[in-house]
Amino acid sequence: MSRLDGPVPFRGGGFAPRDRAWAAAATLIGVVALWQAGASAGVIPTLFLPAPVSIARALWALTVSGELWKHLSASLIRLAVGWTVGTLFGIGMGLAVGLWSVLRSPGMALVSALFPIPKIALVPLFIIWFGIGEGSKLATLAFGVFFPTVIATAGGVDNVPRGLIRMGQSFGLSHAAIVRKIVLPAALPAILSGFRVTSSIAIVLLVAAEMIGAERGIGAFVLSAGNLYDTDNLLAGIVVLSVLGLAVSWVIGRLERLFLAWRA
Amino acid sequence: MNTGLRLTVDGVGHHYGGMQALSGISLVAEPGEVMVLVGPSGCGKSTLLGIMGGMLAPTEGTVRCVGEIPPDCLNPLTYVFQDFSLLPWRTVAGNVALVLEDRLSRADCSARVAEVLALTGLTEFARAWPRQLSGGMRQRVGIARALAVRPACLLLDEPLSALDAQTRDLLLEEFAALITQAGTTTVYVTHNLAEAVRLGHQIVVLSRRPGQVREVLRVDRPLAGRGAADPDLVALEQCLWRMIRDDAAVAERERIDVAS
Repeated sequence: MSRLDGPVPFRGGGFAPRDRAWAAAATLIGVVALWQAGASAGVIPTLFLPAPVSIARALWALTVSGELWKHLSASLIRLAVGWTVGTLFGIGMGLAVGLWSVLRSPGMALVSALFPIPKIALVPLFIIWFGIGEGSKLATLAFGVFFPTVIATAGGVDNVPRGLIRMGQSFGLSHAAIVRKIVLPAALPAILSGFRVTSSIAIVLLVAAEMIGAERGIGAFVLSAGNLYDTDNLLAGIVVLSVLGLAVSWVIGRLERLFLAWRA
Repeated sequence: MNTGLRLTVDGVGHHYGGMQALSGISLVAEPGEVMVLVGPSGCGKSTLLGIMGGMLAPTEGTVRCVGEIPPDCLNPLTYVFQDFSLLPWRTVAGNVALVLEDRLSRADCSARVAEVLALTGLTEFARAWPRQLSGGMRQRVGIARALAVRPACLLLDEPLSALDAQTRDLLLEEFAALITQAGTTTVYVTHNLAEAVRLGHQIVVLSRRPGQVREVLRVDRPLAGRGAADPDLVALEQCLWRMIRDDAAVAERERIDVAS
């Protein structure tokens, strides 16, 4: 028989990770500093991976010459239009699939069949359908954004607590009022989570579409720099894409704070 | 003034698939009175309330409501839910205004929201989110939302069962006062017999499944004078428990059998 004699050991800590902003910044700065040090010391061949300082210089030159804005503005317009169209149709279809039995099975069958197709593989088809101009690029983006939005929205609608809908019915709210006041707000967290996924997909498809038959746009610029072995500008384009992704993520974060303040 | 409806339940039965939940229920909820439905777990109390409130279609029989509806009534048959069913993305005032905002002018809506928040002691919490409130306060919001539509009949489905005992006692007194003041017909489902004798003018005891009316007891005393220690009410509560005890034990055994 064993005997216990002493203070009760504490066993309840851990499993509560916290964000530390300084650690995130320090990691990024550390990686860039190491990269710069390796390039300056000749450990990293700058022909293939230019030093951060060279990339910054190239970025500055592109900004001053107006070249960066020429490409970035074209990309931003495509991204905004393509993502918005795909999102609006996706939310509409997701709500329809989530709310009406008549559309549920046919809609989900189509989504399940078409969603797994890599959208990049459809770019040549869209060029045949919509021409080499803006139409094919916007269609690629919209098509790529549409399916995940349908899935996120329909999932959000499916997860609306039935009790809340029943409450709305018991108060005599119309079908439209229940959708507007209960279903949509309850599905909003899922829809906004979907935005995070679709914005990333949209940037990937944007670059891919711009690499095929575009004169302007960050994707076209990166491809052109690569063809010329101009790795400074190539990396500068990639940095711009990274910043674009961060900016989009920040905007979605603000939207979440604005519309989902009740969850805080 | 009693402005409530008379709800007449005539030969109502209901089955879920092959399971008969209710059979041959006939009752009358009188205007301005509180009818309490009690019975063992699974006897169909909430099913009957759902049928009385038009949320569930009976497989047999009919429910009729007859009476004058006040001109400012926006929803004659109004529920209060056990789980409060508040919209977490709306503030307290927003939840109370849920139905009013589409049916009244902005000024009338604000005035009515302010009135029921004051009535239920929620004025200072008007801008709070539901997550910031205790269970008792959330149920007050549920009551305020129901009273805001000036119902002719209130249907309460175990409104206090999710709350702790102290909050339950406090809210029970407030319920009695609010129901008396509103004068609406009330149908109240509970498994708590103390609540039944404190609130009911008519206490309907249902048998175990399939639920049938086993007894209807009348308590002709004003709600305002009923205290928890009143010997007559304590005796009535014990009488109710004797009626239900055997059925409750069998229902519990059946539940264990189903679970295993």
